[in-house]
Amino acid sequence: MTDYFWLIPLIPALSTLILVLFGQKLPKKYVSFQACFAIFASFAISVISFIGLLQTSHEHLPIIKNLFSWIHAGSFHADLALQLDPLSSIMTLVVTGVGFLIHVYSVGYMADDEGYTRYFTYLNLFTFAMLILVMGSNLVVMFVGWEGVGLCSYLLIGFWFDKHSAANAGKKAFIVNRIGDAAFLLGIFFIFINIGSGEFSVINAAIGGGAITHSLATLIAILLFVGAIGKSAQIPLYIWLPDAMEGPTPVSALIHAATMVTAGVYMVARMNVLFTFSGSANSIVAIIGAVTAVFAATMALTQNDIKRVLAYSTISQIGYMFIGCGVGAYAAGMFHLYTHAFFKSLLFLAAGSVMHALSGELNMQKMGGLRKYLPFTYPTFLIGAIAIAGIPFLSGFFSKDAILTSAYANGQYFVWALGIFGAVLTAFYMFRLIFLTFFGNERLEPEAKKHLHESPPAMTIPLVLLAFFSIVAGYVGLPVVAGKNLNFFGRFLEPVIQQAHEVHLSLGTEWMLILISVAVAVTGIFIAWVFYIKNPKIPHNFVAKFPGLYKLLYNKYYVDEIYNTLFVNSTIKGSEIAYDHFDLKVIDGIVNGSAKTTNFLGKVLSYFQTGFIKDYALIFLLGAILLIGYLLF
Amino acid sequence: MIPVNYFLILSIILFVLGTIAFFVKRDLITQFMSIEIMFNAANLAFLAFAKSAGSLDGQIIVFFVITVAAAEAVVGLAIILLIFQKKKTIKSEDIKLMKG
Amino acid sequence: MAHFLFFLLAIICIASVLGMIISKDQAYNALFLIVAFVCMGGLFGLLEAPFIAAVQIIIYAGAIMILFIFVVMMINLKKGVGQEKKKWTIYFAVVIAAVLVVELVLTVKGALEPASSAALEKLGSPTDLGRLLFTKYLYPFEITSILIIAALVGAIVLVKKRDNE
Repeated sequence: MTDYFWLIPLIPALSTLILVLFGQKLPKKYVSFQACFAIFASFAISVISFIGLLQTSHEHLPIIKNLFSWIHAGSFHADLALQLDPLSSIMTLVVTGVGFLIHVYSVGYMADDEGYTRYFTYLNLFTFAMLILVMGSNLVVMFVGWEGVGLCSYLLIGFWFDKHSAANAGKKAFIVNRIGDAAFLLGIFFIFINIGSGEFSVINAAIGGGAITHSLATLIAILLFVGAIGKSAQIPLYIWLPDAMEGPTPVSALIHAATMVTAGVYMVARMNVLFTFSGSANSIVAIIGAVTAVFAATMALTQNDIKRVLAYSTISQIGYMFIGCGVGAYAAGMFHLYTHAFFKSLLFLAAGSVMHALSGELNMQKMGGLRKYLPFTYPTFLIGAIAIAGIPFLSGFFSKDAILTSAYANGQYFVWALGIFGAVLTAFYMFRLIFLTFFGNERLEPEAKKHLHESPPAMTIPLVLLAFFSIVAGYVGLPVVAGKNLNFFGRFLEPVIQQAHEVHLSLGTEWMLILISVAVAVTGIFIAWVFYIKNPKIPHNFVAKFPGLYKLLYNKYYVDEIYNTLFVNSTIKGSEIAYDHFDLKVIDGIVNGSAKTTNFLGKVLSYFQTGFIKDYALIFLLGAILLIGYLLF
Repeated sequence: MIPVNYFLILSIILFVLGTIAFFVKRDLITQFMSIEIMFNAANLAFLAFAKSAGSLDGQIIVFFVITVAAAEAVVGLAIILLIFQKKKTIKSEDIKLMKG
Repeated sequence: MAHFLFFLLAIICIASVLGMIISKDQAYNALFLIVAFVCMGGLFGLLEAPFIAAVQIIIYAGAIMILFIFVVMMINLKKGVGQEKKKWTIYFAVVIAAVLVVELVLTVKGALEPASSAALEKLGSPTDLGRLLFTKYLYPFEITSILIIAALVGAIVLVKKRDNE
């Protein structure tokens, strides 16, 4: 059943090609049908391959299909080869499954947009690139996908390119990503120099066989991780993600919640042998993840734009995934990636639904009391919020708990403490969002209130489906307290994740940790309730009492401004100088100069063409003399 | 017998005289005639070498040169006539349509 | 005897060419040239090429120079065209000529050793030339005939009176 797994990326690729070549001439209904069907076909094959994978014994993994031999330059080989193993299978299921639902949602959301065909072309192209990323069997193919999703991110963020803010946001995303990619590429180079191949199986075997030292492994791991920092929006390269909300909401859901930004986590999990071998790299990953989780959560506390809150929430949650990977619990990190895909995309799509209902309003201060009017959006949104807060029996609880428990079990108490603090903040800001949007007094604009309507089924059905998965998706990875060996998710990933050492906590400790997680979640919700339902004046008083703190948080710690002064302005100045002095003067000078020289030569030579026969004959003679002279000597 | 180099020197002198004549004169006809002198000087050299090498090929070449020179003289003179008809002058410096 | 003849012919030839250079009248130039060609014919004869000598006198001195004289008569200039006015061209031409002389002498230096004169009595007989013409040089011979016809037709076409003039 796993024989055709290599078709998974190729079907969206074909669809993209058709849309690129003929899209403008095809009717809109067909375009959306083809785009969605392509992803659905990929999803179907992913499911079939997954089932086949369950029946494959571990010796045969990973299953690799070499599509063609791509680069052979001396000792440098890179083939276009795809591989099927538990890790890539999970990622393909998430990408195609959630992707399909988002494609369907987009049919309703983008129905009135002029760039309809262009949108679906980009979306399919993105799916293709993402699938290449997760299914590549060597670093080069993964990097191709990595760059591809970066490109599609730029195209889709700046989808409404006539809006200045959107175009700038797309540029910002691409450039910041590039910084990470430069480090990533360096890491790949080092691997090629020291190990000789980019194939994951070869790399893992080489590290196991002691081909590189600990310090070299740390260097490579850090370089690769910097690439992940750029792609997955961690500190210090997270600044592009909030701006990326300029793109259409389904794009934010797909790319900046479920799939592209999680590529960094996937990469770390894929290279887990390298990261485990170099112990210090793991700690760096965990620390950065934890700090980002808290840092981003604090910024989410004060934002008024619904999508910005969700963006910072995404940054924070990815921090949690990196905590999981950093403490050695790669399976836990991947588990959170998987559940997060569901509830975060649900939250984004639901936010889009709210925007759609309010004719484009994004400011939460202008919402309120919407739960009466949006019978589908409100419950699904609520389910997503509960899931992300980590309330038991929904998926977010299981994955977040798995991460925090592993952090505690591996002795990383500081990381654990930051994670707990982040959980409080998460619960708080999510429910602040819920309360401001759906409860309380209506603060709507009169125009918006007039056109208030629930979204069409194309948008609400995916919401319902995602809500369903947000609830049940967690049950494949039950914690130890529920019973031994119920962690199907973790066991499924065993062939890929090298288990370093199992640390077992006593059952009592496990229960205590669970209770602490639940308690902090409930605390956060309670505080939000107090602030926004019980006594709505409290936020106002809080701000009045701590104006400086509020300003700092509201302006996102002025990070953008700091970066601008330190890096951006000087780069722009430098490029202007280069343009004036080098481009205009030197390059244009050379080009214009060659033209002027040719002109001048032409004028000089035309003096010889006097029209007189004698002058011509003279030149003949001189030429003949020179020739004879040359032949003589 | 007369040594060959005498003929060669003579041929060189005649050729150079023809060249000088071409540059010194201003009318087309005399310039054309000076070209004929140069042809003859070359023929002389050919024959001198043919004699010194003992082969007849040189003489054949001279035969052909004379023939071709005749044909060329015909056409050249026809052109000169035409120029005179059009421009009423045979001064070579009045013919400068090809200037520039 | 041969030497004397050679020097005589050579001097007359050079003198007539110089005369052609100096004279201002086209008709005189043509006549001087005829003298030069006849001398050349004689020189060809001295070089064991009797046939070529005959051809030279018949064709060159006879046909070609007649053509020249015809054209001179048709052009019928009242007064001759003078010498080159600008002096520097003359000097320049002399300098070039000197350089040319030197170069050419150097070129033929190698051939200037007295060569052996083999049996050359019958070197340039028409029989041998004819044989050579029709065997080894057949193609050039035939093509030259086409060339002559082309020149003939071309000349006629060029100077024909146009009907619309």
